[in-house]
Amino acid sequence: MTKYTEDHEWIELDGDTVTVGITDYAQKALGDVVFVELPEVSASYSAGDEVAVVESVKAASEVYAPLDGEIVEINDALEGDPSLVNSAPSSDGWFFKMKLANADDMAGLMDEEAYNAHVAGLE
Amino acid sequence: MSMNSQGRPTMPTPSNDTSEMEPVFQSFSGHRGLRLAEPLIFELGTCHTTGVDVEDAGDFELSIGDVERTAEIGCPGLSEPDAVRHFTRLSRRNYGIDMGVFPLGSCTMKHNPRLNEKMARLPGFGDIHPLQPVSSVQGALELMDELSHWITTLTGMPAVALSPKAGAHGELCGVMAIRAALEARGDAREVVLCPESAHGTNPATAAFCGYKVKSIPAQDNGRVDLQALKEALDDTVAAVMITNPNTCGLFESEIKEIADAIHQAGAFFYCDGANFNAIMGKARPGDLGVDAMHLNLHKTFSTPHGGGGPGSGPVVFSEALKDFAPMPYVVKEGDAFTLVEDGDTKSLGRLTAYHGQMGMYVRALSYMLSHGADGIKQAAEDAVLNANYVLASLSDVMSASFEGPCMHEALFDDRFLKDTGVTTLDFAKAMIDEGYHPMTMYFPLVVHGAMLVEPTETESKYNMDQFIRSMRGLAEEAREGKVARFEGAPYFAPWKRLDETQAARQPVLRHPVAEAAE
Amino acid sequence: MRYLPLTNDDRQAMLAKIGVRHIDDLFRDVPKGDLNPEIDLPRHQSEMSVERQLSRMAAKNISAGSVPFFVGAGAYKHHVPATVDHMIQRGEFLTAYTPYQPEIAQGTLQYLFEFQTLVAQLTGMDVANASMYDGSTATAEAVMMARRATRKKRAIMAGSLHAHYKAVVETTTQFTDDEIVSLSSSPTDPEAELQAAIDAIDDTTSCVVVQNPGVNGSVLDLTRVAEAAHAHKALLIVVVTEVVSLGLIKSPGEMGADIVVGEGQSIGNGLNFGGPYLGLFATNQKYVRQMPGRLCGKTIDADGNEGFVLTLSTREQHIRREKATSNICTNSGLCSLAFTVHMSLLGEKGLRQLALVNHKRTCELRDALNSIDGVEVLNNTFFNEITVRLSRPAAAVVDTLAADGVLAGVPMSRLYPDDKVDDLLILAATETVTSDDISTLAAKLKEALS
Repeated sequence: MTKYTEDHEWIELDGDTVTVGITDYAQKALGDVVFVELPEVSASYSAGDEVAVVESVKAASEVYAPLDGEIVEINDALEGDPSLVNSAPSSDGWFFKMKLANADDMAGLMDEEAYNAHVAGLE
Repeated sequence: MSMNSQGRPTMPTPSNDTSEMEPVFQSFSGHRGLRLAEPLIFELGTCHTTGVDVEDAGDFELSIGDVERTAEIGCPGLSEPDAVRHFTRLSRRNYGIDMGVFPLGSCTMKHNPRLNEKMARLPGFGDIHPLQPVSSVQGALELMDELSHWITTLTGMPAVALSPKAGAHGELCGVMAIRAALEARGDAREVVLCPESAHGTNPATAAFCGYKVKSIPAQDNGRVDLQALKEALDDTVAAVMITNPNTCGLFESEIKEIADAIHQAGAFFYCDGANFNAIMGKARPGDLGVDAMHLNLHKTFSTPHGGGGPGSGPVVFSEALKDFAPMPYVVKEGDAFTLVEDGDTKSLGRLTAYHGQMGMYVRALSYMLSHGADGIKQAAEDAVLNANYVLASLSDVMSASFEGPCMHEALFDDRFLKDTGVTTLDFAKAMIDEGYHPMTMYFPLVVHGAMLVEPTETESKYNMDQFIRSMRGLAEEAREGKVARFEGAPYFAPWKRLDETQAARQPVLRHPVAEAAE
Repeated sequence: MRYLPLTNDDRQAMLAKIGVRHIDDLFRDVPKGDLNPEIDLPRHQSEMSVERQLSRMAAKNISAGSVPFFVGAGAYKHHVPATVDHMIQRGEFLTAYTPYQPEIAQGTLQYLFEFQTLVAQLTGMDVANASMYDGSTATAEAVMMARRATRKKRAIMAGSLHAHYKAVVETTTQFTDDEIVSLSSSPTDPEAELQAAIDAIDDTTSCVVVQNPGVNGSVLDLTRVAEAAHAHKALLIVVVTEVVSLGLIKSPGEMGADIVVGEGQSIGNGLNFGGPYLGLFATNQKYVRQMPGRLCGKTIDADGNEGFVLTLSTREQHIRREKATSNICTNSGLCSLAFTVHMSLLGEKGLRQLALVNHKRTCELRDALNSIDGVEVLNNTFFNEITVRLSRPAAAVVDTLAADGVLAGVPMSRLYPDDKVDDLLILAATETVTSDDISTLAAKLKEALS
């Protein structure tokens, strides 16, 4: 099940852990990604906290925690090859994995249809 | 994630087929006529070459302790002829105001008079030390006092702090003075309001001084929304930072109402004076309710940009703030001048070693004395006239962002390029092929694909007409779908578009000297 | 007015094109009563007249080159080759903007790349930026960068740090999270000064800032303080106010520095009464993204030709706004060009010779001063600057000598008015000082102290 936030993050749930990345729309809007600053493993965040930063040549954007939880893994591959965010935003370009404080929180996020409508509204 | 800027192409697309323009052979030398190839000094020089004749110190006993530098430093030397040639060749790859119209909005690229350079190099100014006895630098302090008099008179403000090293440093000085004044009255506040169109330095400065930054919206006419501002103002707001004329090139017509509202809330009005060149001699910030404002001497008073600096950012203060100005400052006692370098407990402190950018003070005063009060006013009028002439001459083929008259710069957006496939970036790069420096693009952020054109007062009507002809030609071609000259432009510059993405993904920030030596 | 090309006829034609009658119609947004105020300033003047007025002011100052000159303390009188000033006055450099359009700014970009490499080599660090305003503001930036890099905020200013630099750090950080610990200076005992800095380091320390040569002129090996800092995961920031010293003294990088900041004025730039100067800023590769200021990097263009661009600009205010590493928006472009041209002329060979001559002159100065009753040289080590104790208050002696045509140095009390250092005088001797200058100084000093 993949869910989305208004801030253009995708969230995929597996057990009580989610994988988080940015959407195709977001990577296109940013342009060529040149650097990703990732959080430290085992750090805890509340929904809405700044967790990571993604930079293109001309823009820098914060990536927020979609829900409350603790970082359990980060995508080290982005350090060597940040272009993965452009080439595979929804797979190899993932940012971090987070163990949710409460997996039920997922219900509050947008599904694909709602997100697509959200994006359509921005154009 | 949040998005605070537009993504735009930063990796070049392969250039068009320009084979018609290219010769059928390559030179043996790598040069192309007057386009002379030039390697780095690290590839040209050697560690055994020097272009200066320094006496031989001979043998003597060192007194530096046990820290003599024995390893190779890795800095090559060039003979004087080779050094002159190296930097002359490099210079020819640059575009400067001396070469042509430089309509870079918000940056004010006006003519740099050479008299200013000559004056700054008088030994009495250029060859004096900041810590000489004050008795031996009375003329320098007199110059600072005279410059202060011109600045306070032109701005209608009671005091000026000269020492900030550049505009952003001046902003820091101004906002620090505001915070110092608030703390002195025991009034802790936590928010600074900035319009979305603000220079990036404004929010950066406010954050630096420990404030939270909140943005205030603009109205459809490009000016601050007074009603929204009033609603945002409360006793948590320390200051409002507004550029006037603003970054859309418009004068804030409700400036006095804005100032009144700010003061009623007990906050201070910081004016970003980056665009003071449009109103110098025509209007005084002191009459408009401003509490603090920095001036960019390189923009308003013609000190050179120098490829990125040095700048100078004096700050004028209202009565409410002037006691908090930084040290050092000049005081006149009878016919003698002294420097207050310490001991002023109200002052916000010292922002730089020594006394600021003396070399820039001389140049700015040289410009002011040359123009006089009458010429300064004329310069502002001509700057506004040239910008409006551009606006009036291009409005039918490009999309002006706001209705009419502008101040010293004309703002267009990319609506006229809609569905042409040409972006603001392409359009700007095509201007390079026309022999012009591009206008400012993608700033301010409040319009889409912004193009900000600032001709300045030092362009003739002939230059303006030539420039307008090029701009019209480009706009018409883009709209007719003739996009060849835009895709991958520039074609006639010594370099094609550079790959900024590669530069940022794998940063190479220095020549690998050590490896080369091995 | 010679700088304004528009004629009255042009103005009329342009107003007609715009569709207004009078220039003030374009200023209609300015509140009515505030437009066109009376400005009580003189009218425009000819070039000759301006030159006369400013030359009169300049003539009231005693220029360094006109007298025996021993003033230093962070700004130094060196000979600048004529080539340097010629190159920086070329219009393509002088009147260029920040190189945001790299296709037509490779001249600026290439010298910035050369400059960055030179600064990195001189300081013994991996990378340097394209310069800051001056050494003092660069020091404040370094302290804040150490806070970001270590996520700790207690910064220790050693006693050897120039008083103005301390003051700038304190002023600049007064509203930030940084906590500044300024240790007092003890100009008579530089080793104790250094030990005090080492003793102050603890686990909450972000950085320790040490100047070398210190403000009193002493040269120290900083390896110990580097080790102490690193043991507590703090950074060592080394401040160099006399960059020519790097031709003779081991680089801060070799001593273990994490950030090196400096004042680059000595190479290529005049005294200019304190500015514009040239802030140097160098660090190691792992901290690059924490750096303030502009950076130039190498890349290729669409045809595959090597070229340069400004890069990693997402750290900077024009993109990052309130989250930028600094609010700085300029560098000291032209001053960094002057530095680069002068360094290219000197090369390693010339720089080493220049540094040796500076040191030799100062040895001569020390010997001459040691022979005077009432003067005690305090330094065991030095580069081109020494601190002496006089039998009378130094400020008065300096004034007396200035009236007699000798600029003898900086009274320590001018930098440290609150310390009891009235009898201390800092003197510098560069390659511009002659043996005759030293004899003259010694004679006048003897007279003033007798």
